[in-house]
Order: sequence, then C-alpha cells, then structure tokens
Amino acid sequence: MLEPPVVSPASLSEALSLRASGGYRPIAGGTDLMVQLAADVAEPDAVLDLSRLAELKGVSTDGYEVTIGALTTYTELRHSPVISARLRALAEAAATIGAAQIQNRGTIGGNICNASPAGDTLPVLLAVDAQFDLASVRGERTVQAREFWTGYRQLALTDDELLLRVRFAVDRTRHTRFRKVGTRAAQAISKVVIALSYRSDGGVWRDVRVALGSVAPTPIRATATEAALEGTRPGEAVADQAAQVLAGEIQPIDDVRSSAVYRRSVSARVLHRLLREEGGW
Amino acid sequence: MTTVRDTSEASAIYHFTVNGEPREAAVPGMRRLLDVLREDLGLTGTKEGCGEGECGACTVIVDDLVVDSCLVPVCQVEGADIRTVEGLSDAEARALSPLQQAFLERGGAQCGICTPGMLMAAQAYLDDGGPANEADIREAIAGNLCRCTGYTKIIDAIEAAAIARDEAIEDDESEDEDEE
Repeated sequence: MLEPPVVSPASLSEALSLRASGGYRPIAGGTDLMVQLAADVAEPDAVLDLSRLAELKGVSTDGYEVTIGALTTYTELRHSPVISARLRALAEAAATIGAAQIQNRGTIGGNICNASPAGDTLPVLLAVDAQFDLASVRGERTVQAREFWTGYRQLALTDDELLLRVRFAVDRTRHTRFRKVGTRAAQAISKVVIALSYRSDGGVWRDVRVALGSVAPTPIRATATEAALEGTRPGEAVADQAAQVLAGEIQPIDDVRSSAVYRRSVSARVLHRLLREEGGW
Repeated sequence: MTTVRDTSEASAIYHFTVNGEPREAAVPGMRRLLDVLREDLGLTGTKEGCGEGECGACTVIVDDLVVDSCLVPVCQVEGADIRTVEGLSDAEARALSPLQQAFLERGGAQCGICTPGMLMAAQAYLDDGGPANEADIREAIAGNLCRCTGYTKIIDAIEAAAIARDEAIEDDESEDEDEE
C-alpha cells in the first residue's frame, strides 16, 4: 500500500474548500477506511483528515432536540449522559461495535457515511427519524435518515459535502429498542440488526418504526411491519402477525456472515421477542 | 492546531511522545501508526496480526485510550501521548511491570504474538480503575484475540494484577493514615 497524500485542516471552512476542490476522501476515525486502503479497495487521490475539527465532536441537547457531532466516537456515545437519558438504544448499539479499540476510534459520522448495510447504529437512527446536517461551500442542508442511503453504499451526499451532525427530537413518550445478532458478543459484524420504536398513547402504539440492517442493500424501514403494529396494543396475536409480515417483507441474501433463511427467521423472532418484552406478556 | 499538509513533494513532520519521550517522524501522514512505531522508530514490540482491526495484536494506548495501531494514520496522533509495550517495564531497574510479572507467573503468554497487545489492553483497563472481575476483564480484552491460551490464564493474570494494584493503593492509604 502506497500512502495517499493527506491534509489535516484546522477549520471546517478550510475542510469544505478542500472537499470542493475534488479528489479528497474524508477520514474520521479510520476504522473502515484504513482497512479499505490496506486492501486496496479504496484508492483515493488524496485524503481529508477531519480529526482536528473540534466543532464536529460531542453530544448536546437544548431539551427539544439532541445533536451529535459527526466525529463523536462510539465510546463517547456509550458514556454520554444525554444519550443514556434520551436514546439508550443508541448507546447499546455503540457498545456492540467491535471492541474497545474500535469504539475509541470509530465515529457515528463514519458509520453513517461508510454506509454499510450492516452499520449497527443506522437502524436506530432510522427508527427515531434522525436528520443529518450536511455542508459544502454552497451552504448547509438537512436530509432525513430515511432518504440518505439510496443504494448499496450509495449516499445522498454529494462529492463536495461533509456530514456535520446528526439530530433527533427529544420525545419522552417514545420508546426505542435495539438488538443485534452476530457470531459473538464482540468483534462481530451483524447477521441481523434491528431497532423498534413507538410512542405509547395510553398503551396504544403510534408512529411505530421498525428498522433493520444486514437484510437489504441499505439499512431499511420495514413499513408493512410498522403498519401492522400502528394503532394496536401489541399482544401475542399482534406480535405473531407482525413477525410474519416482517419475514415476508425483508429480502435478505446469503453471504459469508449468514444465510437468507436464517436472517428472515431470526429477524421475525427478534421482533417478536422485543414486542413481548415491551408488552410485558 | 494548525493545518498540516502532506503533499507528494514533502512529508509533514509529526510530533508526539512515545512512552514519555518526545519523538518526531517525517513520514507520509497516512502511514499507519503501527508502521511508524516499528519501521521508523524501531519499536518492534508492537506486533502486526491481521492488519484490519480484528485481532488487537497491534494495540497501543493513545491519550489513555486503547487503539489498534494498524487503523490509526500517524496524522491523527499529532501531539498525542502514545504508550507501547516497551514502556511497561522499568528499564533502569531491569524490572517487569506488575502486569507483566503477573502474565509471567500465571502463564498468560504462550506463543507471544498477542501478548504486547493483550498487555496494553489490560494496562489501559488497570489504569482506568477496572475491577478484578472476570466479566469486566473479558470485555476489556474482547478486541484481543489469543489462539493459544484459551484466555483463562490471561484473565487470571489481569485479575491478579488488579488485586495487587488495589492492595498497593490500600497500603498507600494506610501509610498516609500512619503519617497522620
């Protein structure tokens, strides 16, 4: 591997100018890109090191919304009091990624922009209707998580843009759960990853979200399954039906990590388990 | 921090400390920290296993956090405090660190390829106040693969080092009380 040249800008405006000049591949924590470079899968002309952009680090909230800087690491997510209080499922997802060495380096922005269908935080972000703030020298814009992953490793991020931050609404009535199925507890890429979210309106489920990873070319929302749960008080019969809908709705593939049959079956069972745990039956 | 450009005409010079010593490296910024340590600085204690962040053999401590040095470009450690396995023992006294001694006594090393990384992951755990508790120790070394030991003796060694650390702290505290 011949190392590509790299620039480590000290300010966001400089980073955006460089990005606009073309040819620069951004690097955040490097846990994906360094592997791709070593394997010659990625061969960028030059690299844009974002690690000095302090304005892209950390978690904050104004009480209405939580904002996560793109360079916030998984370790920081795990230890953030704001995330623990407002979206524990995201801290749980971060805790399943790699092990300490990866969690200390890998960032939420990297997980989003690497765009692996197996990205562990991505179903959680879909399940809470997260929004992504993007910037370029042309200005800022916001894209819904749901509209961000457009195809296998394809992004709604143009070649001159950088992801700045992730935002989601604070909603005390919303419950969000996360579960990952991998070969072992650490250092495993998921066979299936699933997030479930809903608002409880006196026990009736509203704005239900079911999002999955590793079952399609992108992280997805399972909208037919969501519809099967919307407006219900999920008991065993509803859970049976929702699990069946989910198994029919997703189109997983066979690959090195798992099989389509297993993924379909385990997705349905994990959803069923989450519904049972939430319902307390 | 100022912007650093590493162009094809000239490599930038990166500055950091390794085991407390100021070091610099005039190398391409995307060179892996692992290669800078081993090839440019001659510190071959840090091992390369998989080269893709799976095995943890190349684990070092950067600003108190364990990282896989195969995944860290040197441009991202400017100004950082780096600790490697060479820094554990007391060279002047020719004495192993308590953690290394525990690995020796408990049989925590067999073939040895995972040992430097395992030691650094364990040292970061001990420095962070991690308890002498098997479940927590297992999580702390979950990113370090060993194909020889079955982990049992490694966990025993780390547990013993954590107990020794806690006893040393208690001794210090009781000495302080004596002084009072």
